[in-house]
Amino acid sequence: MTKLKTNRRQFFGLAAGGAAAMAVTVPKAALSQVATKARIVIIGAGAGGTALANRLAIRLSGAQITLLDQRAEHIYQPGLSLVAAGLKPAGYVTSKTTDWLPDGVTLIAEAAAAIDPEVKTVTTASGQSLPYDFLVVAPGLVLDHDAIEGFSLDMVGKNGIGALYAGPQYAAATWAAAKAYTETGGVGLFTRPATEMKCAGAPLKHTFLIEDIARSAGTRGKLDIQYMANNDALFGVPIVSEKVRMLFGDRGIAPQYSHVLRAIDAGAKTAIFDTPTGPVTRDYDYIHVIPPQRAPEVIRQSGLSWADKWTDQGWVECDKASLRHLRYPDIWALGDVAGVPKGKTAASVKWQVPVVEDGLIAAMTGTEPVLTYNGYTSCPMITRVGRAMLVEFDYNNNLTPSFPGIIAPLEELWISWLMKEVALKPTYNAMLRGRA
Amino acid sequence: MKDLTFGTLLAVFEEIFGPGLFWAMVIAAVLVTVAYLYVMIRDRSVSWRKFLLAQLSMPLGAIAAVWFVLAVTSSKLSDLGGPVDVIVFLGIAVAGAVGTAILVYTAQSLLRRSSVE
Repeated sequence: MTKLKTNRRQFFGLAAGGAAAMAVTVPKAALSQVATKARIVIIGAGAGGTALANRLAIRLSGAQITLLDQRAEHIYQPGLSLVAAGLKPAGYVTSKTTDWLPDGVTLIAEAAAAIDPEVKTVTTASGQSLPYDFLVVAPGLVLDHDAIEGFSLDMVGKNGIGALYAGPQYAAATWAAAKAYTETGGVGLFTRPATEMKCAGAPLKHTFLIEDIARSAGTRGKLDIQYMANNDALFGVPIVSEKVRMLFGDRGIAPQYSHVLRAIDAGAKTAIFDTPTGPVTRDYDYIHVIPPQRAPEVIRQSGLSWADKWTDQGWVECDKASLRHLRYPDIWALGDVAGVPKGKTAASVKWQVPVVEDGLIAAMTGTEPVLTYNGYTSCPMITRVGRAMLVEFDYNNNLTPSFPGIIAPLEELWISWLMKEVALKPTYNAMLRGRA
Repeated sequence: MKDLTFGTLLAVFEEIFGPGLFWAMVIAAVLVTVAYLYVMIRDRSVSWRKFLLAQLSMPLGAIAAVWFVLAVTSSKLSDLGGPVDVIVFLGIAVAGAVGTAILVYTAQSLLRRSSVE
């Protein structure tokens, strides 16, 4: 040590120099800005619309970016499962839409009432007409609660009825009903719709969590838990479906295949399911309702939907790799509304946003886009409080693990739970700001 | 995880703790490290008496770090499910232990200028 002769001042000088060297090596935005006068309208300020607006604000100079969304509240939807299991308060998932928007982007707090893809205008609910050069449709989807006969949202939280998809307050009310069920027991029916849906893992997560909470409380013996699958599988990806089947066997959760909820009678506590052999009536003490899901009416009315696919649901007709509309090249679909076979999760949005950004900028500059979306979808499939499986897959039902050899996709792990608990929301927030 | 760069990690950590707390913690960690290096260079030797107390504090630091992580993530020890979980768990314990040792050693050195060996 005697060879290193420094006095105090020199030492702190060295330390400060080191800190300064660290600071300058932090990577800055590497891509150059594109100058444009393009008018870009984004319908929807959810995960997709907000993240894209932030990225475009960084990448473009001179563009006129307008976002359209009537909701003042931004919802972190991946957190709803945690709220509905009493693990987080309702406030965990809510923030303000305006908190996430960059300067230089105009937010019109109205819904889109009409889209004319021929004239290239969007009309707002108040009648304001917005001409566009490029349009991104990212309005999310609609939960069709009315499609379940006898059900309305004011029933949630009482008489053993849960519906966590409906929003933060309904997720919290769902926990009230589910908690009561874990104490009193009986038959629990955990449903899912037959339509495409956002995060097809969430119905399974709710089932696993309520089972685990009852087990921890020592009341598991009183619960008869049944998972009502919409078809003959428990999950759209076969290898994951098989794993879930095994876990259900291990946890004593009974799968009922091809049972699609049609109606409930809240007074009698019975539910009617459509099955291949006709309607079946089942008694319940707790039922979790997830309604059919469809594209918003404005999308379906504007002629943007597929004509020959998902005709009862109306998802946007787009190329599954570029997300660009197949008939209107100035339009891209982003997020839940996109008519692609996978990808109605926040993780999918994270993968889709750079693809849409790349497509838009290529269209503006007259170059060829380079990025494509492979259907990447991810689901931290919670299998109990404290463990999850980090399930990631693509259009071809291939597993696409982010950490191969380290985090096994079909293994119940604490680290996967930690990621859901600690890192997922920050990653989501960073994505909203266009930084991840 | 798409584009897991240093910038992404910084953004994620800023979101976990809030930018103010995150950078305060980074600065605190840098200051303690710098102070540790400073006392090392100043004293030109390791004080084994101080090092003994630092070592004794290590198990406490390990337990505190593990307890903190379990508490904030609604987890329990029985949730460890695979080899990677054990590695993460031990990593948290080791980080807590080493951090505490450095902190304790540095604090002693700064508070008691030169103890008699």
